[in-house]
Amino acid sequence: MENANFVSTTNGCKLCKPLGACIAFRGIEGAIPMLHGSQGCATYMRRYIISHFREPVDIASSSLGEKHAIYGGGPNLKQGLKNVMTKFGAGLIGVATTCLTETIGDDVPMIVREFRREMQGEGAELPPLVTVSTPSYSGTHMEGFHAAIKAVVEQVCREGERRELINILPGFLSTADLRHLKEIVDDFGRECVLLPDFSDTLDGPALEDYEKIPAGGTPVADIERMGSGAATIEFGRTLTGNDSAGVQLNDRFGVRLHQLGTPIGIRETDAFFETLSTVTAKPVPEKHEREKGRLVDAYVDAHKYLFAKRAVVYGEEDLVIALASFLVEVGIKPVLCASGGRSGRFKSCIELVTAGFTDLPIVEEGADFKKIEELCEGLEPDIIVGHSKGYTLSRKLGIPLVRVGFPIHDRFGGQRTLHIGYRGTQTLLDRIVNAILEKSQDESPVGYAYL
Amino acid sequence: MAPNKTNTAIEIDPSALKEELVAKYPTKVARKRAKQIIVNKVDDCGEVPEMGANARTIPGIITQRGCSYAGCKGVVLGPTRDIVNLTHGPIGCGFYSWLTRRNQTRPEGPDDANFMTYCFSTDLQDEDIVFGGEKKLRAAIREAYETFHPKAISIFSTCPVGLIGDDVHSVARDMKEELGINIFGFSCEGYKGVSQSAGHHIANNGIFTHVVGLNDTPPEGKFKMNLLGEYNIGGDGFEIDRIFDKAGITLVSTFSGNSTYDKFANSHTADLNAVMCHRSINYVAEMMEKQFGIPWIKVNFIGANSSAKSLGKIAAYFEDDELTARVEEVIAEEMVEVEKMRLDVKSRCEGKVAMLFVGGSRAHHYQDLFAEMGMKTVSAGYEFAHRDDYEGRVVLPNIKIDADSRNIEELDIQPDAKRYRPRKTEEELEKLKSKGYRFKDYDGMMPDMENGTLVIDDISQYETEMLLDKYKPDIFCAGIKEKYAIQKKGVPMKQLHSYDSGGPYAGFRGAINFYREIDRMVNSKIWSYVKAPWQKAPELSATYAWEGMSKEG
Repeated sequence: MENANFVSTTNGCKLCKPLGACIAFRGIEGAIPMLHGSQGCATYMRRYIISHFREPVDIASSSLGEKHAIYGGGPNLKQGLKNVMTKFGAGLIGVATTCLTETIGDDVPMIVREFRREMQGEGAELPPLVTVSTPSYSGTHMEGFHAAIKAVVEQVCREGERRELINILPGFLSTADLRHLKEIVDDFGRECVLLPDFSDTLDGPALEDYEKIPAGGTPVADIERMGSGAATIEFGRTLTGNDSAGVQLNDRFGVRLHQLGTPIGIRETDAFFETLSTVTAKPVPEKHEREKGRLVDAYVDAHKYLFAKRAVVYGEEDLVIALASFLVEVGIKPVLCASGGRSGRFKSCIELVTAGFTDLPIVEEGADFKKIEELCEGLEPDIIVGHSKGYTLSRKLGIPLVRVGFPIHDRFGGQRTLHIGYRGTQTLLDRIVNAILEKSQDESPVGYAYL
Repeated sequence: MAPNKTNTAIEIDPSALKEELVAKYPTKVARKRAKQIIVNKVDDCGEVPEMGANARTIPGIITQRGCSYAGCKGVVLGPTRDIVNLTHGPIGCGFYSWLTRRNQTRPEGPDDANFMTYCFSTDLQDEDIVFGGEKKLRAAIREAYETFHPKAISIFSTCPVGLIGDDVHSVARDMKEELGINIFGFSCEGYKGVSQSAGHHIANNGIFTHVVGLNDTPPEGKFKMNLLGEYNIGGDGFEIDRIFDKAGITLVSTFSGNSTYDKFANSHTADLNAVMCHRSINYVAEMMEKQFGIPWIKVNFIGANSSAKSLGKIAAYFEDDELTARVEEVIAEEMVEVEKMRLDVKSRCEGKVAMLFVGGSRAHHYQDLFAEMGMKTVSAGYEFAHRDDYEGRVVLPNIKIDADSRNIEELDIQPDAKRYRPRKTEEELEKLKSKGYRFKDYDGMMPDMENGTLVIDDISQYETEMLLDKYKPDIFCAGIKEKYAIQKKGVPMKQLHSYDSGGPYAGFRGAINFYREIDRMVNSKIWSYVKAPWQKAPELSATYAWEGMSKEG
C-alpha cells in the first residue's frame, strides 16, 4: 500500500469552494453571502466558519428542495434575495452557487438580471448583487475565495480619475493580519482599499448596541473606486491571470499590479515594504525598520534552537509557500509541503522560495492527511505547522503542531493570530521556538526549568 | 433566600408579540410563519393548538436547519465507530460533518476499530460530475476495505449524486458481493425533505434494512433493552450506561451513541426499546416492534427527576421485584448529591427565564432540567420536528402527507416469520396499561408547557433577535450558529446540540453538571461587561426588578 495513489480522499486538507466565497463576501461592508442550493450548505458552512471565528456569521440560502432540483431554482433564489434585502437591509448580496445548482445548470447571472429588472419595475432600490460560480467539485475553498473577490471586482469596480489609492488583495489571512496590513499602509501615509476586510466583521467587539449586520468590511463605495487606484498589491504566488482580481484591475482599468508572496518571513515582508516604498515614493517608516531589526535579532537568538529542525507544513497553497519561505530563513528545513489545492504552481513556488537554503522538500499538491501521514514516514519531522486537522498526525508522531491557518477549532484565538509583516513573523517565530522548547522540556526525565 | 422577583417576561402579551413578529414579513411569508408561531394553550383534555411543523423553510430567511445528508450521516450514523462512513460527493459535506457534533465513543480494546476521527470522501471532481461518479465510488470502497478491513462500509449521497444519476445502491450490492463485507448506501441527498429530519428517516430505514437482525446470538443479561435516539454528545450515553450498569439493566445497543456495527446487528434480541429522541429514531422503534415484537416506550434521561421516572418506567416494564427494588436504591443513592447541588443552585437561579430552540426533542427535554432549578421556560421550539413532537402522537392520524414527506420511503414491515416474538402477551400488556403504563406514546412538548408560552417552529435569526429584545431571557439555548449573535446581545447562550465544550448533562451526574454550568452562566459577572441593549436605556432598566438582582450577584 506504500505510496499508493488513492482516488478517494481520507481526512481532507481542503474545504469546499462556496465556503471560501462566503468568507470573502463577509469582508465587504453590509454584505450577506447567499448560497444558491440546498439549505444544508449554508448551515454547514456557517457552523464551520463560526467555530473558527467565534462570531455571528449569517449566510442565507435559497433552500432548494427536490422539486426545485428538477424544475430549477430561479423562483426560490428571487424570493430569497427579496427576503435578505428586506429583513437585513444588506449593503451587498454575494450569491454563490453550490454543487446542486451547478449540476442542474441554473443560470444565476440571468436569474439575478431578471430579479433586478422585476424589482426595479417595482421601484425598489437594490444593493449590488454579485454572482459567482463556485461548484464544490471544482477547486478548494481558496479557489472560491479568489473567485468571489474577482467577481466583486468585475461586477462592482468602476473607472475613475486616477488617485493615490492603493488596492490590497490580501487573500485569506487572519483578522489580526488584516488589521496589521491597514496599519502598515497607514504608516506610509496612504489610503488603501483592502478587499476583503473581515477584520471587524469576523472579529467584532462586544458592543452596547447589537448590529444585525456587523460594522466594518470594505465599503462598497471603496470597491467602486478600486478601478482608479494607483496600484494593486496582491498576495499569493500561485495566483495567475484567470484567478486574479489584480490582473482584472490591471487589464480593465490599467491599475498597475504587484503580485507578491504572502508577507511572512523577512524576504517576503521586505518585498512588500519595498513595493509600498516604490508605490508611495516614501521610505519604510522607522517603526517597521525597527521591528525588522528586532526580528533579525530574534532570528539569530532562535537559531540555536531551530537550525536543522525538520518541519511538515500543510494548508492552503499560498500560506504553505509563505510559511516555507519563512522557515528556511530561520534554519528549519521543511521536509514536506502539502496542500489540498491543485493550482499546478505549488511545487515551482516552493522551489523558488526555498532555493539556496535547502534541497527541495517533498511537495504534494492535492494531498489529504492520509497521504501526508504516509509521506511523513522516514522523514523524521520535529514540528508540524498547519491548521487543527493535523492534530491526529501530531498526536501520532508525538511532535508539536503550531496552529496556523483555517480551521482552528481546538485552540483559542486562532482567528486573530498575527502572522504577517515583521511583527507577525516575530509572533510566529516565538510560537515555533516555544513549541520546540516545550517538547524538549516535557521529554526530559529530570524536568529542567532552565533551558 | 430565593429571590422574590417577577420577570418582565411574564408580563408580555404573547399574542401581541406574535403579531409583531409576523408583521415585518411580506403577506405570504407572514401567513406561513403565523402557523409556526403558536401561543400555547393546553385545554382540559390536554389538547393543544395545531403547529405548522415540518414545512419548507422560506428562502433567504436564515434558518437553523440543516439538510438530509446532515441528518443521515452527521446525526444518526456519525456516532457509530466501526462502520466506515464514506461520503459520496464533493469534499465539503464530509469535511463539515467530520466529528463536529462532539459524539463520544469508547473503543473496548486496541483491536476495536474506531473510524470516527476519520473523514472519508470520494471528493468528486468536474469529470466525475460529467461522466458519473460510480467508478470512483467503487475504487473508494475498495481502498477503504484494503486499508481498514472494516466490518461494514456505508455510502452517503450528497446533492450532485442523485442529480447525475449515480446508483449508490447497486454499487453497494456489487461491492458487497465482491468484498464479502456488509456495504449499503443511503440516498440522503441534501435537497430531500424539508430538514435533517428526512435524513434521520432515511438513516433509520437503512440501518434497519441492512444491519438490524443480522446476528441472533442472545446477549447475556436478564433485563435487556435498547436505548434509541441517544447520541452520546459530551458523554451523555456514558452516564446513562453507568446508571444502567448500576441497576443491573443490560443495554444491547444504543442508537447510536457509542454504538458498533455488531450491537446494531444484535439489537433485535432486546426485550424493550426505550426512545429518547422521538423525532430522529421513532421509525426504528416502530419497525422493530412490527418485525420482532419488541414494545417501545418513551423515556427521558435529561433531568434528574426525569431520569428517575424513566428508570422506574423501565423497571415497571420488566415486572421484576428485585429490579424495581434495585432501581429504587440507585435513584435514592444518586439523588443525594443531586439534591444538594440542586438546592444550592436553585437559590440563585429560581425565577430566571430560559428559552430553548433546538433539535427535535432537546427543546422539550431540557425544560425539565431548568424546572428542577426553578427556572421558567417562556418560549421554545424545535428546529426540525414534526407535529407529533409538538402536539403528541395523538395527532399522527391527522398529519397531512405532503410532497416532501412522500419522497421519503416508508418501509413495509411484516412480522418476521421466524423471529417475531411478542415480548409480552396481550393480557400482560393490557394489565400494564390498566395500571396506567403507556407504550409507544409521546405527548409532545406543548402539553408540558404553560399556557401563554410562545412555541416557535424553525425560528429565524430575525425572530430570535426580536425574542431577545422582548423577553430579555436569562439564558438562551440553541446551537453554535446562534451562539455568538446571542452573546453579542449580552445574553448567556448555552449550546444544546454540542454542549459547547461541556457535558454530560444526562442522568444524575449530568444533571449536576448542568445545574453548575447554568448557575455559572446566568450568575456570571462577565455579562456586566457586555450590556444588552435594554440594559443600556435607563428608562427601561429602571422598570426591571431583575436588573437589580444581577448586580447583587
